[in-house]
Amino acid sequence: MLGITKTFGSVIANDRIDLAVRCGEIHSLLGENGAGKTTLMRILYGMVKPDSGEIYIKGKKVNIKNPQDALRLGIGMVHQHFMLCDTMTVAENITLGNEPRRGFFYDRERAIREVEELSEKYSFQVDPRAKIGTLSVGTKQRVEIMKALYSKSDLIILDEPTAVLTANEVQELFKVLKELRDDGKTIIIITHKLKEIMQISDRVTILRNGRFICTKDTCSTNPQELAEMMVGRKVDLSGDKSTGVPEDAPVVLELLNAVYRESKTEYLSGLSLRLHAGEILGVCGVEGNGQTQLIETITGIRPLTEGEIHIKGQKVENCTPGKMIGLGIGHIPEDRGTRGLVKEYSIRDNIILGYQRRKAFSSSGVLNTKQLCSYSEEVVGNYAVKTDSIFDPISSLSGGNQQKVIIGRVLSQDPDIIVAAQPTRGVDIGSIEYIHEKLLEMKRAGKAILLISADLDEIRKLSDNIAVIYNGKIVAEGKNSDFDEQQLGLLMTGYRKKEDRYGQH
Amino acid sequence: MASIKHAAQAVLKKAGKQLMLPLLSLILVFLVSSVILLLSGYSPLSAFGAMILGAFGDMGKIADTLGTATPLILTGLAVAVAMKGGVINIGCEGQLYVGAMATAVTGIFVKGLPSVLHIPLCMMASMLAGGLWASFAGWLKVKLQTNEVIVTIMLNYIAIYLTDYIVTYWVKAEGMVVKTPNVQDSALLMKLYPHSRLTIGFIIAAVITVFLYWMLKKTVFGFELQAMGYNRAAAETGGVNLDKCFMATMLISGALAGLAGAVEVLGVHKYFIKGFSPGYGYDGLSIAVLGQNSPIGVAVSAILFGALRSGATMMDRETNIPGDFVVILQALIILFVATPGIVIELRRQGRILFSRRKDGKQV
Repeated sequence: MLGITKTFGSVIANDRIDLAVRCGEIHSLLGENGAGKTTLMRILYGMVKPDSGEIYIKGKKVNIKNPQDALRLGIGMVHQHFMLCDTMTVAENITLGNEPRRGFFYDRERAIREVEELSEKYSFQVDPRAKIGTLSVGTKQRVEIMKALYSKSDLIILDEPTAVLTANEVQELFKVLKELRDDGKTIIIITHKLKEIMQISDRVTILRNGRFICTKDTCSTNPQELAEMMVGRKVDLSGDKSTGVPEDAPVVLELLNAVYRESKTEYLSGLSLRLHAGEILGVCGVEGNGQTQLIETITGIRPLTEGEIHIKGQKVENCTPGKMIGLGIGHIPEDRGTRGLVKEYSIRDNIILGYQRRKAFSSSGVLNTKQLCSYSEEVVGNYAVKTDSIFDPISSLSGGNQQKVIIGRVLSQDPDIIVAAQPTRGVDIGSIEYIHEKLLEMKRAGKAILLISADLDEIRKLSDNIAVIYNGKIVAEGKNSDFDEQQLGLLMTGYRKKEDRYGQH
Repeated sequence: MASIKHAAQAVLKKAGKQLMLPLLSLILVFLVSSVILLLSGYSPLSAFGAMILGAFGDMGKIADTLGTATPLILTGLAVAVAMKGGVINIGCEGQLYVGAMATAVTGIFVKGLPSVLHIPLCMMASMLAGGLWASFAGWLKVKLQTNEVIVTIMLNYIAIYLTDYIVTYWVKAEGMVVKTPNVQDSALLMKLYPHSRLTIGFIIAAVITVFLYWMLKKTVFGFELQAMGYNRAAAETGGVNLDKCFMATMLISGALAGLAGAVEVLGVHKYFIKGFSPGYGYDGLSIAVLGQNSPIGVAVSAILFGALRSGATMMDRETNIPGDFVVILQALIILFVATPGIVIELRRQGRILFSRRKDGKQV
């Protein structure tokens, strides 16, 4: 790709970017959110038209007008949000668009056979007959990759493939990607996780503010250098900034034997935990072990089936989100797109959402517009949200800035308890650093933080104490320093303790 | 200062965007309908001429247009408010009928009140009836997770036949026509222009329009209602009680539709007559779509629809084009507004064509 330029309104997303990818390599595209990585790849995949610039594939100039053109040229893309039909089977999804036919009819047998062959060739371990809706996130992603392979793609673009995966799933994905590379396929990964780049890619290209910075061989660089080139300044990557919890810190949130059941499935089965003032308690576990239900029962979105919630020593009943907000629980939702933001609302309105009934913002049901504006300006300033105006729609912000809006919304309202779920998911390094610093600041101010994250590094970096959740229960609890990575990995996958391994469980 | 400027800019930009689609659609409607007229052997010029004269020819005609628009404004607002909250209320027609019946009964049987009290009482009755009728659908959804679209449609039939039953067997006036006796004179809405359909009902509708605009923009309820409409999960997380907010939305929507029935009964007919609504409730859907669910937009669209209706009468009389042609116009409007893709694509093609021509000249 040569001299690619694309502007959206007054924003230059790509400014004369050159990108050269070699055949049969894994090439990482690194940059903060809003650096133009996704736009560049969308141009390559024909979803966005560049204002100027040229694309050459194997030395031949091509004109990619739409994704169909891209597919014809052997370019496949795996999007961050999967494009699969939940109610259809794996084989049906993979062959969609290139259906094998027998006469007029869809040849289901052949589709299944071909998908099975593909699965075996690269050891994907996917059952072609399974319904998509029943699969884990990692498996769905493999299905997406298989879809690209099935349509004979030689160049596969992966948009932040590891953002939704657990540590083990990431390793599995990398194994698959390496196998694909050895088979001659070319892979471009969009990411901002330095550790992964070092581990998987052959070369890396860095973008910043829509500009090309450089392309490097991975073996001749290091994470510190990459981070600095990406952010454009010195970055502190060192971990463990926690300062410990005072001995006499009071318990502010306590869950006793919490059970949550929905249509006969038990998501929480007698979960208990205690959270102290000035503590960051990291809850780690493989996704789908009750984290979502834990978050949503504490924040009042779902009622507990059994068990008790105590806040500051008081038992709370008939929880609703409004009540919990009133009791001082700040909620940073795990998915900002669905629960966190109203994307049609302006930045200002999103900053207020959840606190619209606070006295400062409204009296007898009428919003105090002046106050809303000055307060929002303040939050935008305090939390370094990059925007021209608080009246711009929230969707005009990059992911990192959207997340800062949510963090700012919650932390500015002085909550006593913060439920921070995946606070830095899909956020660039600069913002991650910033958000972590803000959370630690809150902790030092004596706030209690329940940190639920799929990112083990994040848990290790911030938490004073760690609780491992498995199958709707806390299976292990202790100081951060008491655990090592391997132990956590085992606990998260259900091995209780070493002596239990051959026991009844 | 800077923030005020930004706010003003944002509002202008948004308004421009909102206006663009309906305006372009209307232009297209006139083009396409002209072609239809020409193909059928009529002159578009005389057709639209007659319609414009019929709708705005003199003060009386303008008054009739606004009068016809009055119930349409209210049903349009009813649909729009619901839509803002993400609720699809197709039951305005039924809510309008029960509202009209409640008004008629209050207007006939409550006697000896001065107008200042009697009119508000009748209107309250209509709003209560319409609101409760819609809330029933809302309650079913909250309690039993039924689909409000289907339930509100079904309730239309029940409402229409129920009021038919009431007027036929309980409160029928003497004579062949199935209608109630006239309401008391004290319940009649004052005319704003003699011998026209224009009554103080129009002023009430206008006030409600402004009120709703304010409510959506400046109140906590409006904020929560729209949050619910855009993203239920985020609203729930933000402490909005979804069930309560949903019920309130239904109640308001139904009350507005019921009030539309009241202005017809008290302002135009003076009684409830079987099948009196020519589909005001359903037109509310089209009007809300054309007005992009904004109260002001709805009011303007309703007046346009009112003009089409009153213009049609004139066209029917003056030319030999059937008045039903207006239905084609309305259908085209909805077609273009509801499928913005058509308009956007045409606009893009137009731009390309235009820029090419300009380039050509420069060369």
